[in-house]
This record gives sequence, structure tokens and C-alpha cells, in this order.
Amino acid sequence: MAKLTMAEALNLALHQEMASDDSVVVLGEDVGVDGGVFRITEGIYQAFGEQRAMDTPLAESAIIGIAIGMAINGLRPVPEIQFSGFSYLALTQLESHAARMRWRSRGRFTVPLVVRMPYGGGVHALEHHSESKEVFFSHIPGLKCVIPSSPRNARALLVSAIRDPDPVVFMEPKALYRAFREEVPEEEETLPLGKSRRVREGKDITLISYGAMLHRTLEAAEQLAKEDGIEADVIDLLTLSPLDDQLFSDSVRNTGRAIIVHEAQRSFGAAGEIIARLVEHAFFYLEAPIERVTGYDITMPYFAREHEYLPDIPRILAAARRALST
Amino acid sequence: MPRHPIEPLYRVEYLSILGSDGQLDAELEPTLDDDTLKRFYRTMLLARRFDEFQLKLQRQGRLGTFAPSSGQEASQLGAVAPLRKEDWVVPSFRELAAYLWRGTKLDQILLYFDGYNEGAEPGEDTRDLPTAIPVGTQIPHAVGLSYAARYRGRDEVAMVFFGDGATSEGDFHEGLNFAGVFNTPTIFVCQNNQWAISMPREHQTHSKTLAQKALAYGIPGIQVDGNDVLAVYAAAKEAVERARSGEGPTLLECITYRLAAHTTADDPKRYRSKEEEEAWKQCDPLRRFRRYLEDKGLLDDSTVETMEQEIEQELKQAWQRAEKRMAELTDPTVIFDHQFAEMPPYLQEQRDAFVALHTGKKESKDG
Repeated sequence: MAKLTMAEALNLALHQEMASDDSVVVLGEDVGVDGGVFRITEGIYQAFGEQRAMDTPLAESAIIGIAIGMAINGLRPVPEIQFSGFSYLALTQLESHAARMRWRSRGRFTVPLVVRMPYGGGVHALEHHSESKEVFFSHIPGLKCVIPSSPRNARALLVSAIRDPDPVVFMEPKALYRAFREEVPEEEETLPLGKSRRVREGKDITLISYGAMLHRTLEAAEQLAKEDGIEADVIDLLTLSPLDDQLFSDSVRNTGRAIIVHEAQRSFGAAGEIIARLVEHAFFYLEAPIERVTGYDITMPYFAREHEYLPDIPRILAAARRALST
Repeated sequence: MPRHPIEPLYRVEYLSILGSDGQLDAELEPTLDDDTLKRFYRTMLLARRFDEFQLKLQRQGRLGTFAPSSGQEASQLGAVAPLRKEDWVVPSFRELAAYLWRGTKLDQILLYFDGYNEGAEPGEDTRDLPTAIPVGTQIPHAVGLSYAARYRGRDEVAMVFFGDGATSEGDFHEGLNFAGVFNTPTIFVCQNNQWAISMPREHQTHSKTLAQKALAYGIPGIQVDGNDVLAVYAAAKEAVERARSGEGPTLLECITYRLAAHTTADDPKRYRSKEEEEAWKQCDPLRRFRRYLEDKGLLDDSTVETMEQEIEQELKQAWQRAEKRMAELTDPTVIFDHQFAEMPPYLQEQRDAFVALHTGKKESKDG
């Protein structure tokens, strides 16, 4: 097993899927010759040629629109949007077409595409390069929204997303692209979409997160164990939509306390939906108010102050300790 | 440092084969056998009568909002007639004659405009995508469909329809640009019907023609008399053959006119004159084509009368079938179908709750 970064693991998934299935093609801005600005499509052009590694004009709506046509006609396109902050130009294509084609045509035409896009803060990028707008996509019926948190699960989830019969928005936490390495098996590995995962076991409080924030959440959990003797149950959502509400509901029925951590703005964010599901499924087990540790309801700040915006360990700890003291 | 032209001067051609009275430019006449010519006319007439029939149903409150296509039959039929069954058609929302030529059933269309999911279900083996209502956003799909076909080494082409208003949308430009760059077998058919709801064509763009927009993307563009089915057919055939043989995309601008309202919710009297409508009625595509067919000895009053009677029957029967089917479509749970290939658990819960609610309602009504 090789130790890979998330960027390398995603690249491995693309190489292997393209080698085993000639219907898989990648397209997007700079994804061919250049291998992508984050090098996720490195070597794809050289290995599979320009027909399957399409360097496209700079037009997000058409990148997705064309991928929709390709998918309807039997391909499995994996378009890349260079930064999620530019994906909004393609929102009509995703909402009005990709997500509806199966429904609209009563199952006759389907759109098995995977829109990859780096998202999130923490890399000192320019404006529009650090947003977390996963709920834009998660609100759309018919669209799946997947967010990995490690090299190994990124690879396995991307393989599953490519093989999925429905359109998937695959959001890559760019702060994790090269943050750490992890053993990733050479042989095929998949993870089911729509399933979350328990990454730390505990009986006292449930911490729910995903993407880059999962790691801060885990660190906070370790600190709680060390400093407070508190054992946190930590859930990594992995898929935002369709949301797996079983695992975290079970966990909260057990712990009675929950904190949700994400970097997206708070209002109408994923945490709001998770809390609603907890109210539906675990209300009578709750011992304390559920807190959200999230980005503030402001425009994502420029990078000199982005660390002030992003949830950090002290904020997670403070929220957890408030819940535990109730 | 001189200043000189670097792009050859571009010309936009205009093609017309039948005059407004049906007189023929014999040199340009496409080769079509008598039977096909008669089928052209019958399909155009069926589309016109069906359009009128739907309007009546709508006014009686028996059909929902729809976009009438009267006046545009030649643009639609002429464009799709050179296609093969395995070619793709990507419609907007006003392509009735194209649908009918490609085999969509009348009762299916009625079901759709009466608000039933089942009406949007494409027929077996069809390669016509469902109606696309957001303006212009379907244009890139045709580029992707045709790219995939070429990638697989199949010689199918994709034809996409849109109106003059759509040429102001970003997806029009992005789609044409991609088609040019990747040289895809795509035919872009703009039905320039002069009006985008209340917005006249000259307010949509300062360009003299819409066809010339192809120039910017390095692809051929031609303007065609869209009320002349022979001209549209000839231009489309050329574009289809070029696409099929690997020579890339074409933009066709069909000059036509929407004789009726934008949709049944629109009142054209608010923005355009009776005189203008009357003038365009003189170029009615059916009238012109009928004259041509009469001159060729393929039609006369009595054959047209027979056709009209058959069509009247066909429409009545289609409505009867649609009504019968609607009466049978009593299960509203179909709205949950096909959202995903596999229904997520929370959606299954919502569906179960919906079924329980519906069963409760039914029981209280029955009881």
C-alpha cells in the first residue's frame, strides 16, 4: 500500500476508472495538458488522449451542459469546475437539467456524471476561491453531494461516484489535498454513497462534521478525552445528500448531546438540516441544546482573516463543554 | 505597423426556394419523392390543426398552458426531415411539427400539457429529449450528445432547437463555441419567429442577422426562409450531411413568424400590430407549400378535404385516449418515482407518509 495525499488518491481513482471503463472521460479548464490546477488530472491526458481529457474553453455552464449531453448518450463524464466559487454559472445546468432528467423522462434518460470541484478555505486563496456552498447542491432533489475527508475515502468515494447512475457533485476540501498522507490500497476500493461513518467511538457527546473540519473536530475530541475525560462519538458525514440520518440519530439517542461543525455559513446550512433530523429522530433523548460551530453569516473573509472565520478547536471545545455542562 | 483586415469578409447567405405564392426556384428544388412531399404537407397540416385543437381545449379549461407553434411548421419539419431515427433531437418548447414527424403520439402531448408526468415519458427508442423550458439551456446538451456519438465512432448527429430570444443567452454562445472548438456533429436550429414574448427581434441583438453569430465561433451559419419547407429542408440536409461526414457544426437561422401567442397565457395584441400579423399570414408556410404541391399535381381540393377529415378524426380520438388515460392515472405517488435510481430512506419515509395521507383521504371520501 502506498501512502498518498488526497490529490494523489483522487488521481489514482481517475486513472483506474478510466483504464477500466472507456466511457469515463474528464473535461474542464486546464484538466488536460496541464493536469489541472491542483494536479488532480495529472497524467490523464498523456495516458488517455485528448478525446478523454478535454481541455475546454472557459465556460462553466457549457462544461456541465455538454457533460449532461455526453452522459445521456452513454458516457460517464467527470467534469471539473476549477473552483467551486465558479460553479454557480452552471447551477442552471445542474438544477434544471442534470438533476431532473431521470425524473422528467420517467427513467428513460439518465445523467451519470460527477462534477468535481475543490471547495473550502484554509489555503490563503483569493476571493471566490474559499467558499463552502455545499447546500446549494444538497438542496436539489436528484443531485447527490459527496465530500470526502481523507485520501483513502476520497479515492473510494470518487470511484463509487463515477459508477453511480445519478449525477454527483463531488466537493473536494482543498485544504486537505496535500495536508497529510494515508495508506491507499492499489486494488479497487469503493464506499457507498449516502452513508456516513463513525470515526471515533464515544458515549458522552456526538460531534458531527465533514470535509476539512472533520480533522479539527477529531482533534477537539482527543482534547476532550485528555483534558475532560469525555469520550466523543465522531461522525463523518461523507455524503451530504442523500443524507444518512440513521447513524448520527442513533449516536445522539445514545449520547443525548450533539455539536455540528462545518465551515459553511450557519443560516440555512447543513447543520440546520441535521438538527431538524435530530429533532425528528432523537428529540426525547436530548439532554442539552444542540450547538452549531460554523462559519459566520458573512461573506467569506480575505485570507488574512479567514482563520477568524473558520471553526477552530477552541470554538468546538467551548461548544462541547457548554453542552456537557447542561 | 499597418492596419489591415485579418479575417476574410464574411457573407451570410439567405436561402429561399418557394416564393410567398408558392412559385418555385427550380434550380434549387430539392429531390424529394411524391410520397415524402405529401407526408410533409400532412404533418404540417396535422401540426396546425392540433395546435388549434389544443388552443380550444385550453380555452375550455381542459388543457394547461402551452406554447402554440402555428406558423412555424415549415421550420420545424424541414429541419428534422433529413434526420435518421438514431439522430438526436433536443427541443425547446415549441417544436410540435418536429415531434409529430419524429413519431411522438398526440395523446402523449396532451397528457404533458395537462400536467401529467406520464406525458413527458419519451417513447421507446426515441432519441428526442423531453421538452426543455428554460430558454437556451438545452443548447450545450446537443454538443455533448454529438460529442459522445463521435467518440463512440457512430455517425449520429444532434439537432437542437431554440428561438431568437435564446441567442441572447450565455448557453447559446458557450454551446456554439464548444461545438466549434471540438468540431462536433451538431446542428443548431434557431427558429427566429421575430418575437421573444413581447421583445421584437431587433431589440434582442444589434446584429443584422442571427446566422452571422456563427462567424464568431468559426462555424458556418446560414439564414433560411423558415416558412419555406423546401428551403429549410435543403439547408438542414446540407448541415446534417456535413455534420455526419465529420465536417462539424452549422447554425441555421430560420426566418419565420409565431402566428399565435407566445403561450396561452400571453396576449400579443399588447405589443404587436394586426397589420404585421396579417402580412405574415400571407407567407403562411402551409399555403405556400400547398400551392407548390397543387402545381405538381400532388394535391387538390378534394385530397386536402379528405386529409382534413382524417385529421379531425385523429384529433378527436387522441383526446378520447388522453381523457381515458387521465381517468386511469389516479395514483399520485408517481411524483416520487425516478428522483434517484434508488430511493434514499428519508424519501421513502416521505413517500410512505404521502401514501398514508392519500389513503386516508380516499377512505374518508369512500366512507
